[in-house]
Amino acid sequence: MSIANADAPQVWAELPDERGHFGPYGGKFIAETLMEPVEELQRAYAHFKNDPDFQAEFDRDLAHYVGRPSPLYFAERWSRELGGARIYLKREDLNHTGAHKINNTIGQALLARRMGKTRIIAETGAGQHGVASATVAARLGLECVVYMGEEDIQRQAPNVYRMKLLGAEVVSVTSGSRTLKDALNEAMRDWVTNIDNTFYIIGTVAGPHPYPEMVRDFQAIIGREARQQSLEQTGQLPDALVACIGGGSNAIGLFYPFLDDEQVALYGVEAAGEGLDTGRHAAPLCAGTPGVLHGNRTYLMEDENGQIIPTHSISAGLDYPGVGPEHAWLKDTGRANYVAVTDSEAMEGFHALIRTEGIIPALESSHALAYAMKLAPTMRGDQVLVVNLSGRGDKDINTVARLEGIDL
Amino acid sequence: MSRIATTFERLAGQGRKALIPYFTAGDQGPALTVPLMRRLVAAGADLIELGVPFSDPAAEGPVIQMACERALEHDVSLRDVLAMVADFRREDDETPVILMGYLNPVEVMGYEAFARAASEAGVDGVLIVDMPPEEAEEALAALRAEGLDLIFLAAPTSTDERLERIGRASSGFVYYVSLKGVTGSAALDVASVADKLAQVRRHVEIPVGVGFGIKDAASAAAIAEVADAVVVGSAIVQRIADNAGDEQAIFDAVGGLVAEMRAAMDNNR
Repeated sequence: MSIANADAPQVWAELPDERGHFGPYGGKFIAETLMEPVEELQRAYAHFKNDPDFQAEFDRDLAHYVGRPSPLYFAERWSRELGGARIYLKREDLNHTGAHKINNTIGQALLARRMGKTRIIAETGAGQHGVASATVAARLGLECVVYMGEEDIQRQAPNVYRMKLLGAEVVSVTSGSRTLKDALNEAMRDWVTNIDNTFYIIGTVAGPHPYPEMVRDFQAIIGREARQQSLEQTGQLPDALVACIGGGSNAIGLFYPFLDDEQVALYGVEAAGEGLDTGRHAAPLCAGTPGVLHGNRTYLMEDENGQIIPTHSISAGLDYPGVGPEHAWLKDTGRANYVAVTDSEAMEGFHALIRTEGIIPALESSHALAYAMKLAPTMRGDQVLVVNLSGRGDKDINTVARLEGIDL
Repeated sequence: MSRIATTFERLAGQGRKALIPYFTAGDQGPALTVPLMRRLVAAGADLIELGVPFSDPAAEGPVIQMACERALEHDVSLRDVLAMVADFRREDDETPVILMGYLNPVEVMGYEAFARAASEAGVDGVLIVDMPPEEAEEALAALRAEGLDLIFLAAPTSTDERLERIGRASSGFVYYVSLKGVTGSAALDVASVADKLAQVRRHVEIPVGVGFGIKDAASAAAIAEVADAVVVGSAIVQRIADNAGDEQAIFDAVGGLVAEMRAAMDNNR
């Protein structure tokens, strides 16, 4: 690994560097056949991100198709019950298709169209990114193929049907552990075979450069809005931000516009599954080690021989052995704190929000809520805590019912 | 001179092309690997490309993916593969051995520790599928310090600029991926391979091998007309899988294929 000083002051706006590195993390670890297509994407993105027409089209779609800005909602009753900070929820659950994922798929699909690609592919775990990809494909008239692990297809049946309704082909992935990481492998195999007409919409801030940067930029609307809304509604910047982390796209989207505001504490919440000490979790930042997977260097769940090990989380969307490289660097530099909550703590967060605020959160977002329940009581009543409510829980009611022994 | 360079020089002197069979180390259990390597040499292999099993082989088609999974069921690690090469070297000090795999096992072991251990085991070259020259600076320094060749891929999508960089970084030979796709794909187009090889050779002075999509004696002979080396992987791994459980049948099927390819390539001279 190249030497990068995690103790030196960081100029966050200049990361990644021109090679896609965040300190020692990130980069472009892909087979030669994909190098030129990825560089073509890099050139296209570098051009269009500064193109006023492209930005105007993206902003228009976020406003009128996604329904942005999403509200910053004061969860007054929940805050009072916890007795500490005032908790505000960034309501990404109210977006079209029910999660933050659509911010990114709109951006990438508009880019795909401008690059003349006619077919999009995507990987999905919980199905939210697959639905968001199928949605934009339907709207732009692009062919869409979604790769999904066989195991995830079984536990997320409603989203599979949604994708099919939207005209996408859902391909069941039966290799490896049959979950999200294997869906990513399979999508990369499709991409290398069909690079002439195909655009690969990666759903998180991972993959080869420029994906971590590009997906972050498309998701940063979350933090830009939250920053402005916080100033308007509370007269101050938040004291702390909390977001769940699988690959880390909702978290980086919230954190990024606050990175230079050193007084704002950042908390990324990983899935501790059955507990970090059981080995059955999905918390590479809390309990993993650096390595290379899926095109970038980052923290991974791996064994001493460098094989990727199976992950576990109640939430399919967090069930991934890697994490975006920018989070790896935010961890090493100490700018962000990474913590983990268990499946059962996440369930407590899930029920607490429903009971006090009448909002059914996604199981992914419930991890952030569960950590907020620990953090808020340690803060003063004049402090502001913003939690990213990254998705809604409709897709999870079958899972929750099953866990609670209820047959729907 | 390295074993790889010596081998290519000898073959060039004879007007012959190199045949490089691939299989995944540890497939069907670790005990099969070294005897199978010896069988490949006896059947006419000039170099051996030994796959290092990885949990997420994103550039492989289903045949080699499944071989990786089978090897990992036996917990075959990078260190185990190095021990197999050392074992092979006890009886064969001439045939070059190239390790082909993914970066993470090497990264976790550490570049310098890996380079030292590989050199001690008698490895000659390393091909890391997901490490393009842009990300290879440290690995190159570590491997070169131990006298190992680092072999890079070139692809149908590689531009002149990229080919120049690949040519600069590679030693031993350059591995040209014959098609856009994963290993074991079907659509091999010899004419387009020949066209692209002409472009590759404008930037690459060392030998160029071709792999992906070479399945039988006829395709091996056709590629040998235009390339310095023919790499055959999935066709061999498929024969291993088809004869699982019967070591002699595996030797016969794989040895037979390699011998047919060897004969077809040499008859073309």
